[in-house]
Amino acid sequence: MSNHYVTRFGSLQDYEKGRVEPIDDDVKNYAFSNCFEIANNSAPYEKIVFGQNMQYVLETLRAEGDSPWFTCAHDEFALCMDGELEIHLIKLNADKAVQDAEKEGSVLVEGEPEGVKMGWIKMGRGHQAMLPAGSAYQFRSSKPAVIVLQTCKGDLSIERWADICQTT
Amino acid sequence: MQNEHGYQNFSLGGFNFQRDEYFTHITWETADGRPMSHTMDVGNFLRALMRDVAWGFFYGWVNFDEVIGTVNHYSTVDLYAGSYNGAMKDAKIDRIENFPTDDIRQLFEAMLADWTNAGFDPFAAPQETESPYGPKNGDNMPAITRARELAKRCVGLEGDLPLRTDERGAPVNRAFADVPQDKPELHPEPGFENEVHAFNLFAFLSRSQVTWNPSFTSVVKNSFMCPTSEEHILPIIHGNDRVEWFFQMCDEIHWNCDHKESGEPLARVIMKAGDMAAMPAYCRHQGFSPKRSMLLVWENGSPTLVDDIKSGAAPQVPVQF
Repeated sequence: MSNHYVTRFGSLQDYEKGRVEPIDDDVKNYAFSNCFEIANNSAPYEKIVFGQNMQYVLETLRAEGDSPWFTCAHDEFALCMDGELEIHLIKLNADKAVQDAEKEGSVLVEGEPEGVKMGWIKMGRGHQAMLPAGSAYQFRSSKPAVIVLQTCKGDLSIERWADICQTT
Repeated sequence: MQNEHGYQNFSLGGFNFQRDEYFTHITWETADGRPMSHTMDVGNFLRALMRDVAWGFFYGWVNFDEVIGTVNHYSTVDLYAGSYNGAMKDAKIDRIENFPTDDIRQLFEAMLADWTNAGFDPFAAPQETESPYGPKNGDNMPAITRARELAKRCVGLEGDLPLRTDERGAPVNRAFADVPQDKPELHPEPGFENEVHAFNLFAFLSRSQVTWNPSFTSVVKNSFMCPTSEEHILPIIHGNDRVEWFFQMCDEIHWNCDHKESGEPLARVIMKAGDMAAMPAYCRHQGFSPKRSMLLVWENGSPTLVDDIKSGAAPQVPVQF
């Protein structure tokens, strides 16, 4: 008998969270969370840190409506875990870009982004987009979607470990 | 010189390695001169050996099982038997020796080449390869000399790691036949074709020809996204020298987490689609994936982290709250 495989992805509406089963350890040391649960409990475009490795982070964002315009001095990458969204990109004028080249994490663009239109991307589940250093970017999503952002911890990063992680 | 089964025997320092039709036999002497031995299924041994060679001894400990393994010191490597097994250590029957990385790498490469028979692929899931057993029967050099796929910035960018396609010898795996192969819509303005970029990561992973062998797909400074397709059992028990993060992107993996020094059980971690978990730096872990799944291994490859680990400054736990 041949096997018909079904690949199980998760979504905001339909996910099954796993767990830590402690034997002789503190479950908090495994920082166990779920991106769909985080997004279900977040305001649109809050950048909730759910992975942290020194200065580097992975953040969960609930995409819904238009986001503010963000920019960053280094590349970032957005992975869509559920839904559909657009990313609009503008190459910021030099005086509007982040002035400190070593600044880590994304920041809000002050006022309307001024620069040259780079283009836009439409993406769905499993698609990963580059957010190039020095660009301004805006997420747009008509229905709730989930983004996992690879970036550095910055001014907009929000840490709610006790709320998002298994604690007992 | 070949043994009666057609395989070469190998020695490194005080360790001797022999294979027969079914098993690898490792022998050593204890500090007080007693002869000791250990036996592993040769398929399991070769799967572990393959990862140790391909990953350049990886980060920290690569336990082939509860007895044999290596520790990477990033210019030298420890080879041990029983040194991270609580009972064997207490009984003082373990052995550990340090070797220049090139010396142990060359021996492991030669052993892998000689002991891997035609048709057996140590990177493949057990259902997708022929048997490792029997007398010496040719070799499988293409399978054991695959280069790791490492993007410098992002998969699919001009001049970077290309996308996987049928034409490039990467068909969709049988267990991911239902994974959509659609592409993101790209609408770049002229001059921004290589900056307005996205790709289908899940389709990329559905076309992986190997298991438990991460690639680099996107890079932020020294933050490496290392997704991989997993099926059956992680062939090593990885002992961390740093905190390591896992993000389960589909299906599920069950992890056994033990103390890396003694092997005492610490926890089980059941990960399903959308789950994130960290492996603390004091643990060693082995995953079990009942169906082929997609796992994002997220690594901090900062070169200064090695110094932090040696000085004890690197954190043992992912976050304190």
